[in-house]
Amino acid sequence: MTKTKKAPIFSRKLLAIPYALFLGIFVVMPLLIIVYYAFTDMDGAFTLENFKIFFSGSGGDSFFETARFKTIVQSFLISITSTLVCLLIAYPVAYIIANCKLKNKSGLLLLFIVPMWVNFVLRINALKEVLDWIGIYNKPQWNLFNTVLGMVYDFLPFMILPIYTTIIKLDKSHLEAALDLGATPVTAFLRVTLPLSKAGIMSGISMVFLPSMTNYVVSNYMTFNHTKIIGSFIDECFKNDLWNMGSVTALLLLTLMFLMTWATGGFNTESETNTRGTSLW
Amino acid sequence: MAMEKQESAKIIELVDVCKTFDGVSVVENMNLYVRKGEFITFLGPSGCGKTTTLRMIAGFDMPTSGKILLNGEDISHLPPNRRPVNTVFQKYALFPHLNVFENIAFGLKQKRIPTTYIDKKGREKVKQEKLPKALIAEKVKKALEIVDLSGFEKRSITTLSGGQQQRIAIARAIVNEPEILLLDEPLGALDLKMRKEMQLELKAMHKRLGITFIYVTHDQEEALTMSDTIVVMADGAIQQIGTPEMIYNEPKNTFVADFIGESNIFTGVMPKDNLVRFCGKTFDCVDGGFEKDEPVDIVVRPEDIDIKPYDEAPLKGKVTSVIFKGIHYQILIQCGRYEIEVQSTDAPKVGDMVSVFIEPNDIHVMRKVFRVNKFTGVITKRNTVEFGDGEFECDVTQLYPGSHLDEEGYLITAKGEKLDLTDTEVNVEVGLHDITMSDNLKEGGAQGHIISLIYKSEYYRYIVRTENEEDYVLACEDLWNENDLVSLIIPKDKIRLSLKVAEGGKQ
Repeated sequence: MTKTKKAPIFSRKLLAIPYALFLGIFVVMPLLIIVYYAFTDMDGAFTLENFKIFFSGSGGDSFFETARFKTIVQSFLISITSTLVCLLIAYPVAYIIANCKLKNKSGLLLLFIVPMWVNFVLRINALKEVLDWIGIYNKPQWNLFNTVLGMVYDFLPFMILPIYTTIIKLDKSHLEAALDLGATPVTAFLRVTLPLSKAGIMSGISMVFLPSMTNYVVSNYMTFNHTKIIGSFIDECFKNDLWNMGSVTALLLLTLMFLMTWATGGFNTESETNTRGTSLW
Repeated sequence: MAMEKQESAKIIELVDVCKTFDGVSVVENMNLYVRKGEFITFLGPSGCGKTTTLRMIAGFDMPTSGKILLNGEDISHLPPNRRPVNTVFQKYALFPHLNVFENIAFGLKQKRIPTTYIDKKGREKVKQEKLPKALIAEKVKKALEIVDLSGFEKRSITTLSGGQQQRIAIARAIVNEPEILLLDEPLGALDLKMRKEMQLELKAMHKRLGITFIYVTHDQEEALTMSDTIVVMADGAIQQIGTPEMIYNEPKNTFVADFIGESNIFTGVMPKDNLVRFCGKTFDCVDGGFEKDEPVDIVVRPEDIDIKPYDEAPLKGKVTSVIFKGIHYQILIQCGRYEIEVQSTDAPKVGDMVSVFIEPNDIHVMRKVFRVNKFTGVITKRNTVEFGDGEFECDVTQLYPGSHLDEEGYLITAKGEKLDLTDTEVNVEVGLHDITMSDNLKEGGAQGHIISLIYKSEYYRYIVRTENEEDYVLACEDLWNENDLVSLIIPKDKIRLSLKVAEGGKQ
C-alpha cells in the first residue's frame, strides 16, 4: 500500500494547545502543588501528619470542640442556607421569565445579570454600607444573617441562569401531556416540570454551594471579620506560613466537592450537556 | 355529516368554532359533530387548522368564539385535565424522567374515585380515593399487552425505538379509558413500513376498544385506510365531510379532488342536465341542476378512464408517456391541448393513436368555485385603483358610460359634469385568465406568495396570497412553484370596474 496522503502540517488538534497549556499551568500545576504540600512536612519529607493534625483536638479539647470544627460547621450552615435561599428566589424568577409572554425575555433576564458586571467587592461594600445604615452591621446576632445575605446577593445570578436555560428549553408538550392525563396544573408542575428542570437546579446548586463555602471576602466584609468560614481558615493558614495545613484543608474541601458533585449526578454529562452549560456564559 | 349511522349518539359537537392567533384566523366557523365510536380523520395540508381543531377539543387551546359540546355539555372552557379525552402527541411527549411503567401509570395515579364511608361518629362521608396500586399495575400490564410490548415496564424511555415509543404513547393514553382518543399525526415520525403496520394496528385497536378516535393527518392514504369518516380541511374551513368512498368518488370541489388521490381536472360547461362539454367534446354524465352553459370543473380519476382503439370513442389522442408503477401503468395521452392521465393494467405503446372513453358516472361535475376575482377597491388621486393589497392602472371612464378625462384628471361625464373620483369605492372584477405573474416584483401592481396550484389539463390554476391575505386566483400555462413570491400584472383594459353605490362619486 502506498501512502497517498501526507499528514497535514496543521491539524485541528493544534488549536487545543493554548488551552492545554493554560490548563496545565493554572489548574493542574497548582493542584499538584497543593497535593505536594498536603503530604509533606516543613522539610519536604513525605508525611500523613498534616491530616492527623487537622482531625485532632488541641489543648485537651477533642476535634469536635476546636475552632476549626466550628468553622467547618458554620461554613456548611452558611452554604446550605445561602443555596436554599438562592434556589427559592431563583426558581420562581427563572420560571416566570421563561414562561412570560414578553418577546424580550433576555432583556428581563439582563436585569438580574447586570449587577454581576459591577465589581463584586464594590457591591459587597455597598451592601455593607446599607446594612450599617439600617443598623444591623457588626452586631453579633446579625452576623450569620448578614453573611447569608451577602452570599445570596452575590450568587443569585449563578442560580437563575442555569435554571432559566433549562426551563426555556423544556418541551411544552410534556406539560400538556401531563394536563391531558388529568394532572392539575400544580401536580403537573411538581411531577413533570420540576423533575425535568432538575439538571438546571443541580447546576445552579453547584455554582452557588461550593463558592459560598469558600468566598471569605463576603463573610469578612459583611461581619467585620467576625464570621469565619473554611475559606477564611485556609487564607489564615497561608498568611501565617502554615502551607501544609492550608493545603490539607484545601484538598479535603476539594475531595468533598468532588464527592458531592458525583453523588448528585453532576458528571452524567451525556444527557445533560445541553442544560448544564448555560448559553449566556 | 349526513350519514347512515343515525342510531349512535353525537359524542362531540363543534358549533361555530373560530380560532384566531394574534389576529390571524386559523379556524373559521367550524361546525362538525362526531358520533360515538367513530374513527374520524381531519385531513388537510399543513396550516389548514386541523391540529388547532384537535387542540381545542383536547383543551390546550380555547376557541376564540363558538362552543364545543361533549355529550351535549359545553366544555369549551374546561381545562384539559378535566376533559375525558386523551391525546397521543405528534412527538409522543413521553416523560423522559420516568420509565415505561411510570409513564403509563401517570394518568391512573391522577384519578380519584369518590367513595362513601361511615366515619367514627356514624356519619356518611365522601372522600376522594386514589386507585389501589395493584389495580394500576394490572391496568398498565393490560395496556402494554394491547400495544404488544408486554414486559417493558422497567425500561427507560430513552432506550426505546421510535415505534416502541409510539406504542407506549398510545398505551399511556388508552389506559385511562378516555371517551375520545385524539391522535395528532402520531405516525409522522415512523418509516413507511412501520407506518403501514401501525395504521392497521390502530384500526384494529379502534375496533377492539370501541373508543371514539379523532385522528389528524396530512397523509391522504392514511386517512382513506383507517377512517370511518374523513373531514377534509383547507384554510381553516371544512371542504368536505364523508366516508372515504364518498370523498374519493364524489369530491365536492377541485381542492378535495386534487388532494385525495390522483385526478384529471378539466374546465368545461354544462349545456344541459346530464350533458357536459370539455376537452372539445360532449360527454354524457349523471350530474344536473346547473344553469345552462354554466362553467364547471370536471374531475375524472385516472383509473376510471378506458383506452379504446382509435375509432371507438370521440375523444382521440396520442400516447406520450407510459410508466410502469407496479400494479398499473401510468399513461399520458395528449388530446389536442389537453393532457389526460390514465391508469391501466394494459399498456399501449408511446406514439399510439388511441381514443378515450369515460363512463357517464365516472365524470364528476362540480360548480366552479372561482370564476372571477372580485375585490372592493378605491380610486386614487392618479385615477388608478387600489384593491387587493395593490395599486393598478385602470380605465375609470368605464364607470360612467360616454365619459372622458380632462387634462387635470377630472372625469367629464357624458352630460358634461365634472367629477373628482378620488376615494370613490368601486367593485373590481378580474378574470382568471387576465392576471399574469412575474418574478420582477416591481413590474406588477401587487405581490404575494403562491399558496396553491392545481393542474387543470390546459393550465395550472394558482392562488396567490398577498401579505394582508388577499387572494388572487389566476390561470397560467407555465409551472411555478408553491411559495414563490410573484408580482401580479393586470392589463389596464382587463380591470372591470363598477360603482359600489348607485349614486357613487364625490361631487
